[in-house]
Amino acid sequence: MRNKYSVFSLIKNALSYHENWQRAWKDPTPKKEYDAIIVGGGGHGLATAYYLAKKHNMNNIAVVEKGWIGGGNTGRNTTIIRSNYLWDASAGLYDHALKIWEGLSQELNYNVMFSQRGVMNLAHNLQDVRDLKRRTHANRLNGIDAVYLSTEEVKKFCPIINTSPDIRYPVLGGTLQRRAGTARHDAVAWGYARGADAMGVDIIQNCEVKGIKRNGDSVEGIETTRGFIKTKKVGVVAAGHSSVIANMAGLRLPLESKPLQALVSEPVKPIIDTVVMSNAVHAYVSQSDKGELVIGAGTDDYVSYTQKGSHQIVEGTLNAILELYPIFSRMRMLRQWGGIVDICPDASPILSKTSIKGLYFNCGWGTGGFKATPGSGDLFAHTIANDEPHKLNAAFNLNRFVSGDLVDEHGAAAVAH
Amino acid sequence: MFLINCPYCGERDQQEFKAGGEAHIERPKQPTELSDDEWAEYLFMRKNIKGVQFERWNHAHGCRKWFNMVRDTSNDEIKAIYKMGEKPPAQ
Repeated sequence: MRNKYSVFSLIKNALSYHENWQRAWKDPTPKKEYDAIIVGGGGHGLATAYYLAKKHNMNNIAVVEKGWIGGGNTGRNTTIIRSNYLWDASAGLYDHALKIWEGLSQELNYNVMFSQRGVMNLAHNLQDVRDLKRRTHANRLNGIDAVYLSTEEVKKFCPIINTSPDIRYPVLGGTLQRRAGTARHDAVAWGYARGADAMGVDIIQNCEVKGIKRNGDSVEGIETTRGFIKTKKVGVVAAGHSSVIANMAGLRLPLESKPLQALVSEPVKPIIDTVVMSNAVHAYVSQSDKGELVIGAGTDDYVSYTQKGSHQIVEGTLNAILELYPIFSRMRMLRQWGGIVDICPDASPILSKTSIKGLYFNCGWGTGGFKATPGSGDLFAHTIANDEPHKLNAAFNLNRFVSGDLVDEHGAAAVAH
Repeated sequence: MFLINCPYCGERDQQEFKAGGEAHIERPKQPTELSDDEWAEYLFMRKNIKGVQFERWNHAHGCRKWFNMVRDTSNDEIKAIYKMGEKPPAQ
């Protein structure tokens, strides 16, 4: 039985110097067989396991993770959450996630520190203005809150932005989604892990998948560093390493894995109380609760699994940030890191069955998967449990690359790929 | 970030180059006879290997010539570089 976190449990544990908190999840040895196995213990994988157990009564399941949970892209992203995507399919997918985010801390009894501080996207040229206005209209038709802001309104909402017409790429306007914001990335993984574990899900860390055993066109189990585990259903949620797992099963995916970088500054007092993204100059910035500026840089253009990335990418982002926010000119950067993102040709994710029975893929989130974590888990759980996609992820099937029915969000959305 | 030995210009910073993706994907000889599955395979499906991969690169801010590279994507180590049309080295 899982103890409930509350102000009373906090007081009670304070009396014993916080040394007797219950473990948030167990450390089980793998069983011989499960009804389903999720490969990948990041936010999306743990959320999938959580919803499989909660909504589809599949409790004899496991999450296998080659490292530690939340140690991949879940712990490496810039935690931005928004749903202001252009196309109907994307709007449906990402707003489904945003609606779950709004009640997630209560549902999980775990504070994921979801903060609806708003996300503002800036326009720097006339085409940006046209695109952002079009996106605002499209969002509102899909029931997603979005407003278009003039340059003066941008300045009013975030006074530290340099809106002078003299800069190289002047701010011509912007959009604002007030329901958007940020969340605490580690807490999302930990909250889902604790919730899934409480319903009987085995979370097996330090367990790398080495092979997928097939019997003809069906899955029979997985070979891991901790032995063979039998199962009829395998859901792969391995982000940058999706192609590696796919190759084990003899599948090819339309993915390229590239390093994406982020960096944080030294902590300072509150200076920016929202998230500002600038696609055209590739600068986006927010401030963490610790006070660090959280800055997202771009991807390198070559395939790499090194979790490093090139220096000039960071330099380019910081140049743009300095022009837009001259006040940051003397800030010192504290840490920089990379994560490996799996990018689809249409920059939309894949949540899909495959040609192999019992093998499912949830991948291709590219540079913006964190925001979708709860929705992705919910819809992928539905797909695995019913062997059919939910209507919200039907468009994100693998077959779209054959039919040509792509969800082309590359240049269309506010995303900075 | 690494140095690349352009077969025409010599060793230069990777910043000068543009990655062109997986190499040796042959354009279909009879495009009109291709099925949708075969088109998808040609256009979109990639090996995306973690390990030794064959790639095309372009010296975009130099001689602007294309060439091939064999690179280990798990540590960015370049194994070989050879010109377009040349036979790939055996691995």
